Amino acid sequence: MSGEDGGKEYAYFLGCITPNRYPGIEAATKKIFKGFGIESKEMVGASCCPAPGVFGSFDMHTWLPVAARNLAIAEEMGLEIFVTCNGCYATLQEADHLLKKHPKLKEKTNKILSEIGREYKGTTKVNHSIVIMHDIIGLDKLKERITKPMNDVNVAVHYGCHFLKPREVRGHGSSETPYILEDLVKVTGAKEVDYKDKLMCCGAGGGNRTADSVQSLEWTRQKLVNATIAGCDCMVHPCAFCHLQLDRGQAEMNKAFGTDFNFPILFITQFLGLAMGLSVKELGLDIQTTTIPEKLLK
Amino acid sequence: MGTLYEDMVDYGGEVFGREHLETLRECVQCGKCTGGCPSGRNTALRTRKLMQMALLDMREEIFNAPELWFCSTCFTCYERCPKGVKTTDIIRTLRNLAAKEGHMSVPHRMIGVYVMKTGHAVPIGPAQMELREAVGLESQPPTAQHPQNKEQLEQVQKLFRATNYDAMIDFDWDTMNLRGMDKGGKK
Repeated sequence: MSGEDGGKEYAYFLGCITPNRYPGIEAATKKIFKGFGIESKEMVGASCCPAPGVFGSFDMHTWLPVAARNLAIAEEMGLEIFVTCNGCYATLQEADHLLKKHPKLKEKTNKILSEIGREYKGTTKVNHSIVIMHDIIGLDKLKERITKPMNDVNVAVHYGCHFLKPREVRGHGSSETPYILEDLVKVTGAKEVDYKDKLMCCGAGGGNRTADSVQSLEWTRQKLVNATIAGCDCMVHPCAFCHLQLDRGQAEMNKAFGTDFNFPILFITQFLGLAMGLSVKELGLDIQTTTIPEKLLK
Repeated sequence: MGTLYEDMVDYGGEVFGREHLETLRECVQCGKCTGGCPSGRNTALRTRKLMQMALLDMREEIFNAPELWFCSTCFTCYERCPKGVKTTDIIRTLRNLAAKEGHMSVPHRMIGVYVMKTGHAVPIGPAQMELREAVGLESQPPTAQHPQNKEQLEQVQKLFRATNYDAMIDFDWDTMNLRGMDKGGKK
């Protein structure tokens, strides 16, 4: 998996929300990875993952071959995948897991894929970007690049659901006492603050946001209230879909509930990017709903 | 058509493995699922009740309950179930059966329309292309929606046809919308 310069190359599976709503997440991630010699290769023709709790809920017999097609694109590139959305992670990793576990299912899926001239072989691996930062780049190397430490900043970590659960597929240990995102936040000098229902869902997944958006925003509202009570300055997370719910959701909930939220939401590479001296503009933090306070920019 | 339990194990079993869904029989109605459910705090979703209703073959009651769709698939109950009942995957499979039998909201069906039209559940538009340029990216990523990748989009469309997803949501390939919908997506 070595690139020409001796660095690493991955196929960056973009999905929908990262490139089409929050390109700052894409820009921040590519920039940070490049700084550590990791090239993000484009997956030409990749589609929606498709969303695990949405298409998985509507028809898993459609969900699977569409996911397998995306996996096949990376296989043809000869690269492992990385993602910046827990939804993409959930679908691609689960599809890969199921196809490897059930040979008959693989056979059936490949019969469908043969109609479009593709084949799933099972030769790629689906990685989450936060694992690449934590385990491949490593905390020590990340720390060396911190030029603007977040010493006085209190951070509410939000995991989203599908990075950790179900454990038997995700493989990151306990879903009740995780550590990867906390480690990455602490690298910047920031304080990771525990808050009520830290591991609770943002409310968006499983088609819940589409089924009833106001109801789904109530979950989000509860999380933001809890983080505020704990004295947090911002929320840092690893999922583009959570970002949509947590960030744009604040404008929606202010309208629906008459509240006045402006609680800063940052994808982990945007947070690390600030601590590494990248600008708000470069990280796309000026083109989202919530605003970044001075405290994070010092 | 068998009982709801049989249909669930048949339909979902092909993907998850039958034994995965047969765990429903292990449910002892302890309620740990409902206790940790973030949806249940705010909605009528009661996972314990749903599991029992599935075992009691209450197909129509389940399929007509709006709360079937208020699970965010967070997998908290799945992880905590002391009997190893694969709750979230059972709920996803029950939803598959509900959708197959026509119990699917228009907004949920519209997500399929977006993917069949553009390859993406959340497509890009001119305003978002400007956002991409503002952070120094190409105005459009080389995904299935890119005009240069028409053949790739056709591959995705073919998969939706091959699995009859188009028929399930009553998709009209001539208008590229739900049948009987005007361009604004309203009935």
